[in-house]
Amino acid sequence: MTRISVNVDGTAYSDDVEPRMLLVHYLRERLGKVGTVVGCDTSNCGACTVHLDGKSVKSCNVLAVQADGRSVTTIEGLASNGQLHPVQQAFTECHGLQCGFCTPGMIMQSIDLLNDNPQPSEEAIRHGLEGNLCRCTGYHNIVRAVQEAAGQLQPSSDGGSAS
Amino acid sequence: MTAVESGTGTQREIGAARRRKEDQRLITGRTRWTDNIQLPGMLHLAMVRSPFAHAMIRSIDTDAAKAAPNVVAVLTGREVADEQGVIANAWPITTEQKTPAHPPMAVDRVTFAGEIVAVVVARSAAEARDAAELVDVDYTEMPAALDLREAAEDKVLAHPDLGTNKIAFWQLDSAAQGSGGSVDDAIAEARANGIVIEREYRQQRLIPAFLEPRSTVVDPTGEQYTIWSATQIPHIARFLLAATTGTPESKIRYIAPDVGGGFGGKLQTTPEEWLTFLAAKRLGKPVKYTETRSESLVSGHHGRDQWQKLTLAATKEGKVTGLKVDLLADMGSYVGIVGGGVPVLGAWMFNAIYKFDAYQFNCTPVLTNKTWVDAYRGAGRPEATYAIERLMDELAVELGKDPIEVREMNWIKHEEFPFTTVAGMTYDSGNYEAATARAKELFGYDELRAEQKRRRDEGDPVQLGIGVSTFTEMCGLAPSRVLGQLNYGAGGWESASIRMLATGKVEVITGASAHGQGHETAWSQIVADRLGVPFEDIEVLHGDTQISHRGMDTYGSRSLVVGAEAVVRAADKVLDKAKPIAAHMLEASEDDLEFGDGRFSVRGTDKGVTVQEVAMAAWHAHDLPEGVEPSLDSDATFDPDTFSFPHGTHLCAAEVDTETGQVKLRKYVAVDDIGVIVNPLIVAGQVHGGLVQGIAQALWEEAVYDDAGTLVTGSFVDYTLPTAADVISFDIDHTESPSTTNTLGTKGVGEAGTIASTPAVVNAVVDAIRHLGVSDITMPCTPQRVWRAIREGSRGGGTPDAAQPHFGADQPNQDPTAGGAQ
Repeated sequence: MTRISVNVDGTAYSDDVEPRMLLVHYLRERLGKVGTVVGCDTSNCGACTVHLDGKSVKSCNVLAVQADGRSVTTIEGLASNGQLHPVQQAFTECHGLQCGFCTPGMIMQSIDLLNDNPQPSEEAIRHGLEGNLCRCTGYHNIVRAVQEAAGQLQPSSDGGSAS
Repeated sequence: MTAVESGTGTQREIGAARRRKEDQRLITGRTRWTDNIQLPGMLHLAMVRSPFAHAMIRSIDTDAAKAAPNVVAVLTGREVADEQGVIANAWPITTEQKTPAHPPMAVDRVTFAGEIVAVVVARSAAEARDAAELVDVDYTEMPAALDLREAAEDKVLAHPDLGTNKIAFWQLDSAAQGSGGSVDDAIAEARANGIVIEREYRQQRLIPAFLEPRSTVVDPTGEQYTIWSATQIPHIARFLLAATTGTPESKIRYIAPDVGGGFGGKLQTTPEEWLTFLAAKRLGKPVKYTETRSESLVSGHHGRDQWQKLTLAATKEGKVTGLKVDLLADMGSYVGIVGGGVPVLGAWMFNAIYKFDAYQFNCTPVLTNKTWVDAYRGAGRPEATYAIERLMDELAVELGKDPIEVREMNWIKHEEFPFTTVAGMTYDSGNYEAATARAKELFGYDELRAEQKRRRDEGDPVQLGIGVSTFTEMCGLAPSRVLGQLNYGAGGWESASIRMLATGKVEVITGASAHGQGHETAWSQIVADRLGVPFEDIEVLHGDTQISHRGMDTYGSRSLVVGAEAVVRAADKVLDKAKPIAAHMLEASEDDLEFGDGRFSVRGTDKGVTVQEVAMAAWHAHDLPEGVEPSLDSDATFDPDTFSFPHGTHLCAAEVDTETGQVKLRKYVAVDDIGVIVNPLIVAGQVHGGLVQGIAQALWEEAVYDDAGTLVTGSFVDYTLPTAADVISFDIDHTESPSTTNTLGTKGVGEAGTIASTPAVVNAVVDAIRHLGVSDITMPCTPQRVWRAIREGSRGGGTPDAAQPHFGADQPNQDPTAGGAQ
């Protein structure tokens, strides 16, 4: 067992963990942060994406001990004072989710993408989300959600995703 | 009188792009996935799975596993043989069907690589997995039936005790059933005086690949077994668990909490669910099993996997006169819940939107020693649509005509509805002309054809192809009497209840079980219009057999057309019950009341009460008319008379790099007629997602086995789901011919995109390079295959050659420290 101290969604935690424990399992099983999910075993799907010191990582690909002394933000730490993060808001506005299983990772990656490039082209969005799989949406409305969050879409009364 | 007609000043909810109610929990991480559930004292399972496709189990040594830290039990098939129940096939397609017994855990023999041979129960999932590594199974390998066509010849038997791999033969013949002429006559006539197109198409094996791995929690404490499971079918699963384990149905509470996608892949009762139940029952403790992705890919059922032999007869002018279909369908090693019924669903769809006189559909489902195959988005209908839409393009080439022109020459005209097809199915409504005209306009069809010609003339190394797919499908499974005639083991009705709460809130209970479709939003819109209560006041409850005790669940694009019709009928009953109470409250005659915008009012006066006020009056029941029960709550069960038939025209432009074989989508237009649209936002999402799954079949996905029967596409590294960077944005629109089979006029949209897009894309790819001598490419049209097809004028080669064994000692990518092959 190894002692780690980690700040998750603004709260400080200190725990003994097995050296082999993955960050995603630490978040889910030890901290109850079950908003972050596991979708594959090969770090292909990106469903477990969180921010480690402000940058996106696949938390199935990081050991809990690697998060020692660092700060983690999960999907559960995005909204503040009941206000959704603009990217969360854009996902619901543009119907960028259906079953919602990829959504936590997709939102975390989209935020990272927009942090790096606040005005991405459609191509840059598609490449920026390449490490996150979605089986429901065909990505069309996820791309629109990122564009919406970047302020690139014209306001429309009906959501206009049927285009 | 209907509730929605007299509305004034209120925005109709049906047709509005409401943002989904479901989203709030999903975007904030407050979702209730099965794997999130933790109960006091909960134990965890790990499965030991067979590495062999076909083998006898000689012995299983569990001593080391049992001695591992925090292991509570290790179970083998032999120990639980009498109590584990069976996994059922609900649709034996003939009464003589040969169905192999399917124990949840193998007892003596394993029949595919990935089958469960032992279960380890431990205090943590990690400890269970560690101990599973210590279970030592001694196998005697047996010859495995792997190739579908060879298996159909019974050279090697997947289940030697059955004596054959062919589970049944199922035929629909238009002459025999009186819905048309003799197909052999039509083909003979075409051979003499017309055109005969003969083709063989391969529907490769796919994996549904829902994003949430399957998970089951069983809690045996208390009076009932409470089961949470990532399933599409909590009601059917409850019934089958009771029926196959002898547990009283009333002692089982089945809950599908938030479920992360299904696409047919969670339309199954699984060995993993049954074994989790068994472990919980034996140990008297809550037990959880969550599969890894690798386990999901190898043990969750697969989809498609057919060889299709097709003979199309037409006149010299291009009028289709007959179609003969011979299908071999790979079932894998067990017959799943729908099983042979999946390819059989294609029987009514190969004739598609076309009018012709003679038709024969022959289907032989075949057992092999591979993962079982069952419903995957579209289930039987994508396969059929692919075949006919590829054939129509081939016919157009034979005639030297535009593929749309040939389709138009053969399709049912809009004034001919209702139309009974050569397969005997009556289509209620449709307008193929309108959808096609709109699609051509959005696509810029003539301009793209001109560009195609230009690039062809110039010898552009990147060629443009245009693919057409004019499809229909049968949705709304299904009229119970039809299912009965087909030997299906259940009905096709759906159930709903509406509870009017004292405070004016409304609970809508549906037997449909959503897993991403947005029922909570759509059902709220429907009830808001029907009862005239605010959208926000409605709560939709589903997926828990204790709350929604009757249901047939969600698959086959049935929820809206069948399930929502039950909701409408329950709402109408609420109003019927409210009316006498309202009349009493208003001191008026019922005959003088009218209802609109949620309010009963006395005609010609400003006196009125809302249905929510009536609900309060019914609740306190202080002053009700004589003999009226103090409740507005109502139930309804709807059994459809027939199916619904969405249709659409999809056009795809694809660019093919003739030097590399790379296919790039340029433009995709889908104009679907799905009847009346309840929520255009949700509909668009269903279409987009469906399109990409169908496009993925055309271009990328295939479950590949090596010659030992090992699934070599056993992770997301090898089973290539498309990413955002692989696809484009789509242009979609709708025409609307309301269905006549339900009150709302809806037709279903869940599968449309997947059914239509596969042939549209392959037609586009072939169209781009047909002038180079290519008339077909085996799916998926990978760059390698396309390149080879161009070089050789071939179909680009099969898959077996492409499967690279992962574990051969002489193969690359071996771990040098592992000390040789496993």
